[in-house]
Amino acid sequence: MHPVPCRVRSVVRELDDTFTLDLEPPSDGWSFVPGQFTMLYAFGVGEVPISISGDPGDPTRLVQTIRAVGPVSDALTSVAVGDVVGVRGPFGTAWPMELAEGRDLIIMTGGIGLAPLRPAILHTLEHRDRYNNVTLLYGARSPGDLLFAEQLQQWRGRFDLEVLITVDHADRTWRGPVGVVTSLIGRASFDPETAVAMVCGPEIMMRFTIQELERAGMTEDRLFVSMERNMKCGIGLCGHCQLGKFFVCKDGPVLSCAAMTGACWTREV
Amino acid sequence: MSEPLVIDRQGVDALIAVLIDRGYEVVGPTVRGQTILYDTITSTEDLPVGIRDRQEAGSYRLEERGDDALFGYVVGPQSFKKYLTPPGTVFWKGLRTEDGFETVEADPPPRHAFFGARPCEVAAMRVQDDVYLPVGDGVYTERRERSFTVAVNCTEPAATCFCASLGTGPAVSDGYDIALTEVLSGEHHFFLAEAGTDIGEDVLADLSARPAHDEEVVGARRLVVHASDHMGRSLETDGLQELLSANLANSIWNEIGNRCLTCTNCTMVCPTCFCSTVEDRQALDGSSAERVRTWDSCFTLDFSYIHGGPVRSSPGARYRQWITHKLSTWQDQFGSFGCVGCGRCITWCPVGIDITQEAAAVRERDIRKVAVGIPSVKEVLE
Ligand SMILES: Cc1cc2nc3c(=O)[nH]c(=O)nc-3n(C[C@H](O)[C@H](O)[C@H](O)COP(=O)(O)OP(=O)(O)OC[C@H]3O[C@@H](n4cnc5c(N)ncnc54)[C@H](O)[C@@H]3O)c2cc1C
Ligand code: SF4
Ligand code: SF4
Ligand code: FES
Repeated sequence: MHPVPCRVRSVVRELDDTFTLDLEPPSDGWSFVPGQFTMLYAFGVGEVPISISGDPGDPTRLVQTIRAVGPVSDALTSVAVGDVVGVRGPFGTAWPMELAEGRDLIIMTGGIGLAPLRPAILHTLEHRDRYNNVTLLYGARSPGDLLFAEQLQQWRGRFDLEVLITVDHADRTWRGPVGVVTSLIGRASFDPETAVAMVCGPEIMMRFTIQELERAGMTEDRLFVSMERNMKCGIGLCGHCQLGKFFVCKDGPVLSCAAMTGACWTREV
Repeated sequence: MSEPLVIDRQGVDALIAVLIDRGYEVVGPTVRGQTILYDTITSTEDLPVGIRDRQEAGSYRLEERGDDALFGYVVGPQSFKKYLTPPGTVFWKGLRTEDGFETVEADPPPRHAFFGARPCEVAAMRVQDDVYLPVGDGVYTERRERSFTVAVNCTEPAATCFCASLGTGPAVSDGYDIALTEVLSGEHHFFLAEAGTDIGEDVLADLSARPAHDEEVVGARRLVVHASDHMGRSLETDGLQELLSANLANSIWNEIGNRCLTCTNCTMVCPTCFCSTVEDRQALDGSSAERVRTWDSCFTLDFSYIHGGPVRSSPGARYRQWITHKLSTWQDQFGSFGCVGCGRCITWCPVGIDITQEAAAVRERDIRKVAVGIPSVKEVLE
């Protein structure tokens, strides 16, 4: 599978090291579902998995948010308007948007993990009447590290979306909670018997979050995580992304905790 | 298919010649240094005539047999995956253009005739088919579809062989164009030749071969059955999938990890291991780039690297990943074992780690059994 050259329409600097690219989609009629990712290719440098962070209701734009952490992500975040990057995909499974209909929805994430969940949030807001209480619990290192800060501010102003934000390290401007994101669970209003949770962050954060949500009365079949593994192909061929019996690139990245079983949480699996 | 035919060594030469004539590059076993490798062959002269391989955990040696057997050995360190997914295959090239870049296809591959493919080898290709063909991997699919397979049934397994445990040998059952069985006893030296496909039959029709007598067929079959009863090793497959998935927390992995050098030999020689990585290269002037696929191994640290460090940093976790994939999760993914019992990983492991022994050791120390079997201190005191 060849990467399709896609033109960069705009580049937005979100944080010092994080940029959002607005790309021309690979083809007419191109679409994606919340939770999916693409393999983004920087010419001659390499290709890495990046989640789609845009609005699933607007198929004319392919929006991806990238944090520069190494050679490929550096190259992808150094592009200018008019440049092209290679795109393969979309790949992978979706957040359970339909399962969550008629129920309370908890979205828990930290740091750059908000990017893969933004399409799910935008989808719920677009079809707000289909969902009961929707709560976003978001944690960042410091107030200056909040991703999509402006949009978070807008969302906070809405009456139909509860947004709870915590930071690890506060500064003088910060009036909100300080601490890990799991500490926010007690403040969220949801029915643990029926609610659906979508969780994305570092594996350790997801482990603790799942534990806490189970403690609050939620069951595995309604807990969903987005797993991260090394990926070279995106189509189940290179073997790199294996997590137990799963190829995270095609059986995931979004997996239900019921399917994950204990084996997947074993250390170094 | 039509009835079995009988050919002699000249007939085997004629078969090679017909395949070459039909445009195939015939690749098969040949002695290189002290090892039997796969390479281009043009006649039976190129085969390891009268050679036997002695294999044991961590050891491989060639010996004279003292006869003229053409196929008196089993498998060497290479498998035909070196032709089906050649390491270093260029996927595509990209050229910089005025307004970005465009990609161009790589050149079409040669047509290979896999000659002297052992039943485990044929089975391994079928295992890889299930990995590559459904996804439509261009490199594999094109090579596989253009290929021709001349299988050779096994009559003398090595000490490291256990195909009979997995039902992948010593007789080839499916996935071959022509199957040969070598019969060498006293005066007699002939090959039973049977077609497995129409094209195989078509090729055999080009040879001057006579139909086999019943005794010849029975004699040849008996040799293969005998081989089945004389496997050097065995693997208990009963409940194996669940055994391994239930034993991820077994302390045995650390112990094996202490012996494993994470050298990747086992994965390189394995005919079913398919893990790969891609390299993106760029010309110095930035005008062109290409993507190259090479074999990779779950035994390297880089393999599972994500920002922050490798997922599987300990050697034990990497061995666990490998054997659990081969014998357990492969079933979930593809509905078969990822092992065909060829024994290569046993022979070529420098420290002699043996997949059949390790699987048996896990069974012996099954944590489900141990957890129930050992009474607690409290129980003992009561
Ligand atoms: C499904 C999925 C979705 C992702 N979505 C995003 C996103 O929306 N935004 C974002 O900034 N990052 C995302 N990542 C992480 C991103 O892929 C890595 O940050 C990136 O691969 C780092 O590559 P690098 O060459 O810049 O850095 P290096 O750290 O030098 O990486 C070297 C190589 O290791 C591999 N690798 C390193 N880190 C990761 C990782 N975390 N996950 C997978 N492979 C890795 C890649 O093959 C990479 O080329 C996602 C990862 C996955 C698996
Ligand atoms: S795991 Fe070992 S015995 Fe099984 S097919 Fe691979 S190399 Fe052969
Ligand atoms: S099991 Fe043996 S061959 Fe495989 S990586 Fe370990 S030392 Fe090398
Ligand atoms: S990324 Fe290659 S198998 Fe999943």
